[in-house]
Parts: sequence; C-alpha cells; structure tokens
Amino acid sequence: MKLALNVNGKPASVVADDPEMPLLYALRDDLGLHGPLFGCGLGQCGSCTVLVDGKAVRSCSVPVSSAVGRKVVTLEGLGTPAKPHPLQQAFIDEQAVQCGYCINGMIMQAAALLQTNSKPSEQQIRAALAENLCRCGTHLRIVRAVKRASEAMA
Amino acid sequence: MTTQTRVQLASESRREFLKAGGALVVTFSIGGIGDTAAQAAPAKTVAADQVDGFLAIDAKGNVTVYSGKVDLGTGVRTALTQIAAEELSVPLERVTVIQGDTLLTPDQGITFASLSIQVGGMQIRQAAATARDALLGQAAMTLGVAKDTLTISKGTVTPKSGGKSVSYAQLVGGREFQLKLDPKAPLKDPKDYTIVGQPIARLDIPDKVTGRFTYMHDFKVKGMIHARVIRPRAMKATLQAWNDFDCRKIPGYIGAIRKGNYLAVLGRSEWAAIKASKAVETTWSDWQGLPDRTKLWDYVRKTKINKDEDLQKIGNSAEAMKTPNAKIVSASYDFAIHTHGSIGPSCAVAEYKDGKLTCWSASQQTHLLRKQIANMLGMPPDEVRCIYIDGSGCYGRNGHEDAAADAALLAKETGLPVRVQWMRQDEHGWDPKGPPTLYDYRAALDDKGIVLAWESEVFVPDRPKDIAVTLLPAELAGLPREDPHPGNIHQSLAIPYTIPHIKATAHWLAETPFRPSWIRTPGRMQNTFANESFVDELAAAVGMDPLDFRLRNLNDPRGVELLQRLAKLANWPSRTGRVQQAGDVVKGRGVSYVRYELVRTYVGVVADVEVDKKTGKVAVKKFYVAHDCGQIINPDGLKNQIEGNVVQTTSRTLLEELQFDRARVTSVDWKTYPILKFPDVPDVAIDLIDRPTEKPWGAGEPTAAVVPSAIANAIFDATGARLRSVPFTPEKVLAALPRA
Repeated sequence: MKLALNVNGKPASVVADDPEMPLLYALRDDLGLHGPLFGCGLGQCGSCTVLVDGKAVRSCSVPVSSAVGRKVVTLEGLGTPAKPHPLQQAFIDEQAVQCGYCINGMIMQAAALLQTNSKPSEQQIRAALAENLCRCGTHLRIVRAVKRASEAMA
Repeated sequence: MTTQTRVQLASESRREFLKAGGALVVTFSIGGIGDTAAQAAPAKTVAADQVDGFLAIDAKGNVTVYSGKVDLGTGVRTALTQIAAEELSVPLERVTVIQGDTLLTPDQGITFASLSIQVGGMQIRQAAATARDALLGQAAMTLGVAKDTLTISKGTVTPKSGGKSVSYAQLVGGREFQLKLDPKAPLKDPKDYTIVGQPIARLDIPDKVTGRFTYMHDFKVKGMIHARVIRPRAMKATLQAWNDFDCRKIPGYIGAIRKGNYLAVLGRSEWAAIKASKAVETTWSDWQGLPDRTKLWDYVRKTKINKDEDLQKIGNSAEAMKTPNAKIVSASYDFAIHTHGSIGPSCAVAEYKDGKLTCWSASQQTHLLRKQIANMLGMPPDEVRCIYIDGSGCYGRNGHEDAAADAALLAKETGLPVRVQWMRQDEHGWDPKGPPTLYDYRAALDDKGIVLAWESEVFVPDRPKDIAVTLLPAELAGLPREDPHPGNIHQSLAIPYTIPHIKATAHWLAETPFRPSWIRTPGRMQNTFANESFVDELAAAVGMDPLDFRLRNLNDPRGVELLQRLAKLANWPSRTGRVQQAGDVVKGRGVSYVRYELVRTYVGVVADVEVDKKTGKVAVKKFYVAHDCGQIINPDGLKNQIEGNVVQTTSRTLLEELQFDRARVTSVDWKTYPILKFPDVPDVAIDLIDRPTEKPWGAGEPTAAVVPSAIANAIFDATGARLRSVPFTPEKVLAALPRA
C-alpha cells in the first residue's frame, strides 16, 4: 500500500507491505534518511528519535501508518552543514560528539524540549534527556550544547 | 578536506578510485628508484616501511593519508590529519585520511590499547617527515640552492631569502615517493607547531549533527539484501530442527541459510528480514553449561589454572612477609563481566563476486578481520578486502567483527550483497565480554607505616598465541576459527610504587564462561581498581593521608608532579583519617593514580561521592583529573576522551554487570543492563599537563583505569565501608555498611 507522509516539510510517499512496519525503516530504507538511527528497536535508547507534529517520538516503536497526515521532521530537516539549526551549531561549537550515534536523538529530544521550555536549567536538560542513552560519555558536552542553543535561540 | 568515508568505493574499481583521487599513477619516483614509467598502475603499497604506504600527494598538492588505525568515535581522524598537516606544513584542508582499508592502508595493528596516536600517529608523522625531507632535497635541486636555505609554507618550498619557489604538487604531484620510511628523518621542532597542539574542531562533527554522515549502518550496495541471524536458545545448544513455513507468507522474504548451529533469514527489505526472524520456528537442544551466576567467584577460583606467571617480581616478598611484628593486611577484589554496550548494534555489508569478497565493517582491525574471514571461508587472504566505515562506538572488540563475518558468510553462500544488522538482543547477548576478574592481595607493614612487601594475584583467562576473538559465525557454523584471546588483561597489575619486595602474579585460567574480549582499558581497569583500592587500604591501615601515602612511595618526578597538581586542582587537604558524618547522606573523596602499564600516560583522579546510607545508592558528583600523556595533539579532543572515560567508567563501576542463567545471557537490553543516565553523570574538571617536546602517549583508556578505585576509596572515606566488588550496587553498599 502507498502511504502519503510529510517529511521535512515535503510530501513523501512510501510503499509499505505492512502498515505496522516501524516508521524508522520507512525513513531510513525507503526515504534514504540517515539522521534517525537504529539503536534498540525497543524505545529504550533514543537514537531513532524524530519529531512528529513537534513531539519527540521513538521512530523504532511507532508504525509508519501512524505518521500519515502528520508532520515528521528528522535531523536532516532541522538544518544542513551550510545552514545548521542553532542546536546543530551548538553541538558543533561545544564539540559535543564522540562516535555520534546517539546525537540524532539528543538533538531531536532537545528540539522538542526547547519548544516547551525555551530556557531550561541544566537540571531540566538532564531530566529531559534522561531516556536518551550515550555510551561514549559525551553527556556533559551535550548538556552544555543544549544550554548554548537555548541561549542562542532566546 | 573529506571527512566522509569513501563509500563510493562500492561501485568503483580500485583503479577508478586511484584516478579519482588523482594520486599514485606512477611515472617518476622522487626516490629515483628505476624508471617505472612503463608500469601500469600497480597496486598501491600497504607496506608500513614505505612512505607510499602512508602518504600520497596529488597533482593539486592535496595530501592523502592512509591510516591502518581508525576513528572509533575518538576523534583520532582529526588528530592524524593534524599530525600529517603539521609535519608536511600544509593546510589542514588539504589533507584527507583514508582509514582501515586492507587494499590501501598499512596494517598498523588493531585500533586498541590507546595506541592510535602513540604508535599509529607516530608512524604517519615519521612518513611525513621522510617525505618532507625528500621534498626539501628535491626542491633544493630544482631551485639550485642549498637545502638548509629553504623553508616550507602551505606545501610550497621557498628560499628563506625569498625568490623562486616550488610546490609539492610540482615536485611529486601524482607520483609515488618510492622511499623507505626513515626512522631518523628530522622531525619538525615542536616550537614551530601551528596545528599540532591546537584545539582543532573535529572534522566529522558537522556531518554527524546534520544527518549527512555515512555510518556503517547507512551504507548500501546496489542489489543488497538484508539478513537477520537466529541465535541459539542456549549458548552452545544444537539446532535440531527448523522450518520457515510462516516466513514464506511475509512479502519480501527470500529464504534461510543454515550451517550447523548457524541460521539466518534473508529478506529483500530490512523489515521482511526482521519479521522472518520472528516467524522462523526452531528447536534447540537443552544446554545448561554456564556457571551459577550467584557463585561466579567460586567458579573462577576453582577454574583450572594453565600456568602462573609473575608479572612483576622485586626482592623476596615471601621472606619479607615473615618479618617479625609486621602487620599483615589482606583483601580480595572482584570485577564483574561487562558488555561493550554500543548504542548501535553491529552491522556489516559484504559482497562476493568473481571469487573475491569485499566486506564493509566498523571493525577496529580490518587487517586481522581479513585473515579471520579468509580462514573461516577457506579463501586466500588476498582475495578478501575489508574496508572500515565508522560505526557506533565499540570501546573494544564488540560485535562488529562477528557481524562482518555474518555478512561475509552469507554473501558467499548467496552470491548476493548482504547487509547484516544485529538487533539489540544480539549485541547485548552475543558480543564477546570483558571476562570476570578476581584478585587476592597481601601486604606487610612495619610499625612506622612502611610497606615492606606487596603481593597480588589475579585470576584471568589464558591467552593463546595470537590476539584475536573467535568469530561467532565460525563457531556456530563449525567453520575454521582461532582460539579466543582476551587481550592485554595482564597489564598494569605491576605497581609504580617503591616497595622493596613485590610479587604480582597472574593465574592464567583454562576457561571463562563467555568469549573473552577487550573492553576499554581491558585488565588495566580491573588491575588498577584492585591495586589502588589496596593502596588506599594500606594508607588507612597506617593512618596516613592516601595522597601523601602514594607520594611517599613514588620516586618518579613526573608522577609526583602530577599528584601535586591533582591535589591543587581538587583542593585536597592532607588528612589522617575519616571524619564521622551525621545524617543519611554522607560525602567522601577518594584518590587514585596510575602510570599506564608503568611506561606511559600518567593519570591521577579525585572522586567526590555522596552515599545514601538508607538506600545504598552512590552518587558520583565530581571527578578531578590530572593527565599527562606527553605531547598533546588536540587538547579539546583529549578532554573529550577524558570526560568520556570518566562517565563511561562511572557507569561500569556503579551499575554494570552481565546477567545470565545457566543457558544464556539474560541482560539483553537497556532495562536489564542499565547504563548511567544524564541525571547521574558526574561533573569533570581536568588539568592537562602538556609536554610538547615529549612523545605523545595514548589517552583513550588510561583515565578509565583509575575511576573504579577512586569511587571505592571515596565510598570508604564517606562511610568507612570498603567496596571490593564492582559494580557498587545499592545491595552491595548496604551489605558493606555494617562492616564499616
């Protein structure tokens, strides 16, 4: 079946044999997006996070059909290397990456946070990112980057 | 400057690639070794004693560095770029690093043990220095002036007095150097450095934060199919029966491959393969061969010892232990089995065509992987090519190589390009593990608090001759494979202190429950945990300040300076005993020190902790780190590594322990194998000691070595209780408190 999605501000069409297929595979395998990454398939780590209607969603754990008629934004949709989003710029400025596999989730989760709390405290940032896992131990830089972005966006 | 892995290699022949790079089409050689103009472009050398193994300069003056060491998320690609650009005096933007391609990059050994800069980077520096010296000589001839009157800037050689100049591109562009790497080629004076020592921003970050980076997991080959591997229900169970009747209803399902106890399902799409992996029916034999987890340390203690080896022996500790009136202190420690816990489960792609196999993998060891895959498949190693593509951080030998072998096996069996993506339970359940480690310590002290003798014993898995972890598919499919070798876990048992009688002994064990592997700071973390906890116990036994105690037993000026700077950074007041604190939440500080493997990087740390005596929960609030790894290539990259070491090891120390029953690993996700989350991450303050004229040593691991003991010692300071078993779970803390 053909599913009409809206991804990064543009209409996108996905042919899916199974409407229950997680959104993640439609984004990665059918639409060729590399921002969201497969981490656990269980909604436990956050590396697949995208925004659906502005809310941070674990794309590994929601069916592609649930995104029909909603606005999906991935890391690619926030900004580009030439024109990065303030969060992306802040992650560059703070050098808040090691392997970077979790960083998609960190930025997308932070983007959702900043929509509801434009001036989060360090504690609030840590709480908002509590269910996003990083194994390299980049946490301190990630928190600083989110703080920096919130200041830049103010 | 290219930061992306050269994924387009998939569709290009090597020759096209070389043309595209503009490099290495031989017509002349700067070394003047014969006329090679008649030769067709030969294979690029990967010899580690040749400049051409490591470097090429194309017709535009762009430099390509060929590195056998790979960037596992540590930023080392940027550091290697800095090293090469600096030594050649070219702008950073003109340098591209190609990593871990067995056809193009020298075998510089496994990317492990904090050696990428210390060894790999120094080979590249020396290759660049050899090239620089040769280019200067060539320029002197071309310009008709003496070599020592020349200077180089931005890849152009000019007389210091001015006048006509000549560029690298003109001197060697597009040709080979054909020079032997000269270990004595003069190195640039560090006082002239403009790139090395600078906090250059990492080259990969802009692409990584905008979704433009190609991870292994993103890599595709035309016509690629997807596979999922069906794991045995018990670790060594036999596959008795299977059927894929239900799989056949799944659109896109292709079929299954079975070899011995190895079973994989194939799909045209990833989702088809995942659904098939759930639909396939299997019957496995009952196998219950794992030890009882609740009696793991009894099992380790009773395991057959292949041999004993003294890793350090000074004086006669046995005699010194008998000194009349000496106080004998003893303690035993243990360190749990850990998993690597990569955030992205392992992934690989392989293609078998015309009798040759190409495998793309995030392996930290493509040259070794090539040998292992060739051995498994019965192919000549020359017909296997392994190409590195950055993956999720691995922190040692995780599942990347096994996934690569999965893909290789399935590509050869099917004749199709195959992508294998491990699921979360594969990574947690089946990556090789950091083995369980057990220690016994004894020391004799005289009545003045002088340590007379020190004895340590470690129980660790034995190490056959070649360092390699058995490939999982080879094991399951019953194909040729190597003996498992856990790697380097004996190092850093020897201590840096000036005790007159020391004996540090390894009991090499005949077996260990899980495929043993190296995980960040293998052995040195466990050994340093036990060493530095015991040092703290000795200091407490004689009522001395633990930092003063270390200083008193140290005659290494660099180590002494480091500890003094640490004391200043952490504002450490000298003290002679613990202070009793009221209330449920008590605070403590612990110190720890290591000179890595006794020959390189120095690290000292202070940990600040809070212990909730009611719940047993330990909160690590802050780490202070003094770090001396000699010459610093990139101070910000170094800090990033140090912070990562602290945070990751705090997680391992407080939370992590493999769970298993008699049949299999049961901690197969992030709920059953939790790691540290944002709210519990400690702050980190760092004092970097830069020594530009010294050799650069590694920094990817050493800080991790001192983290568990610093936390243990801080818990003792807070509570009076010794935590001698990693992880320090609330249950263990509560059990230890009454013994305080």
